[in-house]
Amino acid sequence: MSGLRRVISLVVLGMVAALVAGCGGGGDQGGGGSGGGQTVKIVSDLPLQGANRFQSTTMVNAIEMAIDERNGKAGNVNIEYESQDNATAQAGQWDEAKCAENAQTAAQDEEIVGWIGPFNSGCAVVEIPILNEAGLGMISPANTYIGLTKPGGEPDEPEKYYPTGERNYTRVIVADDEQGQAGALLMEEEGVESVYILDDKETYGKGLADQVQQSADELGIQVIGREGVDTTAANFRSVMNKIAREDPDAIYFGGIIENNAAQLVKDKLGAGMSNDDVLFIGPDGIFLDEFLSQGGEAAEGAYITFGGLPESELSDKGQQFVQEYESRYDDEVQPYTAYAYEAANVMLDAIERASKKGEVTRETVLKEIFATEDYSGVLGTWSFDEDGDTTLTELSVQRVENGEFEYQRTIDAGEM
Amino acid sequence: MTTGEATKTRSAAVIDGIKSSTWSSRIAVALTAFLLVMLLVRAVQEPALFTSQLLIGLTNGAILSLIALGYTLVYGIIELINFAHGDNFMIGSFVGLTVLSGTIFGLGLFAPITINSGAPLRILGVLIALFVAMAACGLLNVGIERVAYKPLRNAPRLAVLITAIGMSFILQNVGLVWKGPIQVPFPELISSANILPSDAIIFRWKDLFVVLVTVPLLVALSYFIGSTKQGKAMRAVAQDKDAAAMVGINVNRTISITFLLGGILAGASGVMYGLFNGITIFNVGFTQGLYAFTAAVLGGIGNLTGAVVGGLLIGVISAMSDQYIGTSWTPIVIFSVLILVLVFRPRGLLGDRSAVQGGGE
Repeated sequence: MSGLRRVISLVVLGMVAALVAGCGGGGDQGGGGSGGGQTVKIVSDLPLQGANRFQSTTMVNAIEMAIDERNGKAGNVNIEYESQDNATAQAGQWDEAKCAENAQTAAQDEEIVGWIGPFNSGCAVVEIPILNEAGLGMISPANTYIGLTKPGGEPDEPEKYYPTGERNYTRVIVADDEQGQAGALLMEEEGVESVYILDDKETYGKGLADQVQQSADELGIQVIGREGVDTTAANFRSVMNKIAREDPDAIYFGGIIENNAAQLVKDKLGAGMSNDDVLFIGPDGIFLDEFLSQGGEAAEGAYITFGGLPESELSDKGQQFVQEYESRYDDEVQPYTAYAYEAANVMLDAIERASKKGEVTRETVLKEIFATEDYSGVLGTWSFDEDGDTTLTELSVQRVENGEFEYQRTIDAGEM
Repeated sequence: MTTGEATKTRSAAVIDGIKSSTWSSRIAVALTAFLLVMLLVRAVQEPALFTSQLLIGLTNGAILSLIALGYTLVYGIIELINFAHGDNFMIGSFVGLTVLSGTIFGLGLFAPITINSGAPLRILGVLIALFVAMAACGLLNVGIERVAYKPLRNAPRLAVLITAIGMSFILQNVGLVWKGPIQVPFPELISSANILPSDAIIFRWKDLFVVLVTVPLLVALSYFIGSTKQGKAMRAVAQDKDAAAMVGINVNRTISITFLLGGILAGASGVMYGLFNGITIFNVGFTQGLYAFTAAVLGGIGNLTGAVVGGLLIGVISAMSDQYIGTSWTPIVIFSVLILVLVFRPRGLLGDRSAVQGGGE
């Protein structure tokens, strides 16, 4: 009796499966054939939890705004957008496993033709190879680690991220070789003769600190010491006490806010090194309002380099974007908001061009992303080079004054 | 004549001891002696720097010691590693932060106490924050014991361990919902200025604060366990639960009181950690709890003096490692020391459970 029942249920199950498969096949044909009414999907992948969540939310808003401005269409293709979260609450920041999971899921979903993100370079390291195999084009608004696109990091970079041998990754932000140069240049301009370099031992932080060290050597700034700090430690007092003894003119920290950068500045002051006597210089990883609220008084006077320009220094188009964004969402833009908007527009333009030439597939979109040339957007007029890097070279320096980031000056790393 | 003989026999005993020792323990002694000599050389070369780092190590270690005591107290009495203890410590720092903010359960009771408040108000605020956190964490720990451990008292030990890990996750998520997944700043109520006149050695008001909180708590705890009736009951329960029950000791109540004590220490160290470092985060209980647990094991788990020694030792080792080896190596150094100690003294530096059970190994 039970045997019979099992056989029947198996047969029913098989019929249902066949039906579902049949429908799926039919749907695919419809999508490919109808052309004009084609719908494709793009996804963003950002850390929506942890210290970066405010900024990530503005970035998602900016992407939605870019799609809305085109009435949800790129050319005659309908755009569907999904915002993915690559952070976990447990980690309080981006999470390697979550990054891999998101990339795997997207790789399976044939409707997805474009990927905007990720935010953290360490996450990109995990995602690029997966999406490379899937042939999905990526535009990151925020990854600055040099090894993702060009040599300069580890010996086998960047080839190891591209198993198919074809590039699929681009970024609209200036990479860390230039941010490293900007950090060193800033030190030179401020009359720094010796520097102590710390990092948080992550892909981004360590890679950037390497670049700073290299540039500092080239400019003749003495690198007194170089260490990766233990980010699980309660405080960094003994490290700072040690550094105070060496008496450097500046301390550089390569890392992100989630790795306790504010504690580092507090302990720097606690060891008797004020931000006027011993400069504190950090990268865009701590260019967040969280740094100000966590650091409090200790953050005052800290320098921050950013692989782009703050909203006040953007082109006219950029200013227009900032105004529209702020009136639309009643919220202030964050440093990376404009970069997410630019990434979304580049992606949508690529889809539009692909649709004009024929079918919109991952392959054609990827080709069009790399074909982006003399693009005139909120960041200025620029192109992607063959590595997928922007041709822009301008970076900015800000300093914390009266509890706010104040724009100081622009450094053009291309002139070095 | 007699003294000479005594020296002779003593030296003979030492020689016998060395002869009968294994090669591995000889190497260990040589290694320890070598490291100590190296440190001593450094200390003589730059005494001020060495003293500063020693003080940093001791104050960081003192906070660890207080957390470690909570692990060791509970282990001494019911042989459970209370993984929720670190997270209780985190809740303690959050409670302190909330009290200082003046807004409790959405009710604005008083203006936030900040760096700009007057000195008497700041001292009052710190004291209130400490007491509220100690009370809250003590009660929380008792509650956890009632809900998660007591029903499993006769279950296999692994089952209780799993509920302890479960409680740890629950508390961590409570912290996550409460203050969000980011570092939260503590108001700077205690001055970071140096007390000492010269700049060579740094000992700040904050460091003094740690000493002023830790030492009385330790003295009170050892008095409680060593000289009160309830303390005697605790020692009895630790030695033999059944026999203690037979002579009329209320075992359940004694265990509850042990958890209460552990929670009180967690609350105090939580507030102290926040005021001292200026930043706390929902998963601080995990990272600091791991080091505190290591301290308890290093000193001999169940042994109260051992927990204090272990905590101070880990603090000093990490400060010295930061200074002389390199901060990237510090976690490796700490755990290498732990492994070495456990290889040669499997029951920790001072032996397990001796103090609670009434002294001796």
